[in-house]
Amino acid sequence: MGVLQENLSMFLEGTVETLYMTGMSTILAYVFGLPLGILVIITRQDGLSPHPKLNAVLDWIVNIGRSIPFLILMVALMPFTRLVAGKAIGPNAAIVSLVIGAIPFVARMVEGSLEEIDHGVIEAAQTMGASNREIITKVYLPESLPSLVRGLSITTITLIGYSAMGGAVGAGGLGDIAIRYGYHRYEYDVMIVTIILLILIVQIIQNIFNTLAKKIDKRIINQ
Amino acid sequence: MIRIEHLSKIYQTKTQVDALKDISLHVQPGDIYGIIGMSGAGKSTLLRCISFLEQPTSGSIFLDGTDMSSVSPRQLQEIRKEMGVIFQGYNLLMQKTIRKNIAFPLELNKTPKADIDKRVDELLRIVGLSDKADFYPAQLSGGQRQRVAIARALATNPKVLLCDEPTSALDPLTTRSILELLRDINRNLGVTIIVITHELGVVRSLCQKVAVIDQGSIVEQGLTAQVMDAPQNDITKLLISTAGGR
Repeated sequence: MGVLQENLSMFLEGTVETLYMTGMSTILAYVFGLPLGILVIITRQDGLSPHPKLNAVLDWIVNIGRSIPFLILMVALMPFTRLVAGKAIGPNAAIVSLVIGAIPFVARMVEGSLEEIDHGVIEAAQTMGASNREIITKVYLPESLPSLVRGLSITTITLIGYSAMGGAVGAGGLGDIAIRYGYHRYEYDVMIVTIILLILIVQIIQNIFNTLAKKIDKRIINQ
Repeated sequence: MIRIEHLSKIYQTKTQVDALKDISLHVQPGDIYGIIGMSGAGKSTLLRCISFLEQPTSGSIFLDGTDMSSVSPRQLQEIRKEMGVIFQGYNLLMQKTIRKNIAFPLELNKTPKADIDKRVDELLRIVGLSDKADFYPAQLSGGQRQRVAIARALATNPKVLLCDEPTSALDPLTTRSILELLRDINRNLGVTIIVITHELGVVRSLCQKVAVIDQGSIVEQGLTAQVMDAPQNDITKLLISTAGGR
């Protein structure tokens, strides 16, 4: 493992950059994606506040966002990225396109989680005089929390993959190292180390979130 | 207490469905009123109209003399405190403890925390689940879950308790204990109860009065004993004969 020792600081920096990009973009993607997902659910025909036309538009936007491959989205967004982040390369620039790429993804995940809530529970809350806002904050979100956490896990892992892809256009992070050394310089041992690091990161994140989701889910009876 | 006058509900899909046709009912304070019918007769639609989950197409529902079609959404939220609803599927919050479930309508009403705790303890005693306060619904049996739902429905001291097939998912023994609980609640707390069911046994053992509903219309109504002894309508006769000689 000489390669690891020689390039320790580089790997360390790459890992930190990857975690930074993934963490920041996950948070920002939820800031926008969570309300969007909620909006999609409540504007449905059978939702709390039916607005079929708005729902169709939102659904369309989410679908468009989901159908553009991330690598292409990143390139297409470069002028916009330059406007927001000041430059088109580097971790901060990558976060801009990661967030935009992940918002529709998050919206769909949130929609799926909220969809699991039994309509009867919503109606029970309505018969108790709960307003739509109260139904969202006191029924939909707390009741679907374990599922939302599982979705968060999937989103984070997807964003790790996206951020590695960002390496192709100079985003930094582990993906950047893998492409520069593995692809351009044929230093396969460096690439293998980055792959192992990515696998480890994904495993750890998945374990943390899944354990958390299981722990908070009160439908599972822990003896 | 509750007076329903010429209530109709039409669902306008590709074809027009008359779910309820000219329903008139009068439920007196303190009644336990059964509404019985086969599947698809319109029972659930009627309950959804009485609990304001759906707007009737025409006709009126009066609660304590107030025409419900004339109230604002804000008033409706107030009036809903006067009415508790329980469902066949219990509809409890699965991520919250029994205590939190029962406290939920009180929290919605901004009841002070100390009052909530006191009231929940009282309700847990009424339904006989004081030892289960910190359990989660998944840890309880069906009968216990329905007791939690009853306690939750009673939290705001409603005058009326609406029950939608309250025992249809329960075994006969548990059914009996839930019916006993409802009877006690009616007697001790003076709560008027309306029970929607397809089980004749429920009507026989619980309700003083009954309305038989078929194809969206009430075909027979009166005192349970009279209707059971001398059924006039074919549907009533059919319900009685299929229920056996209990």
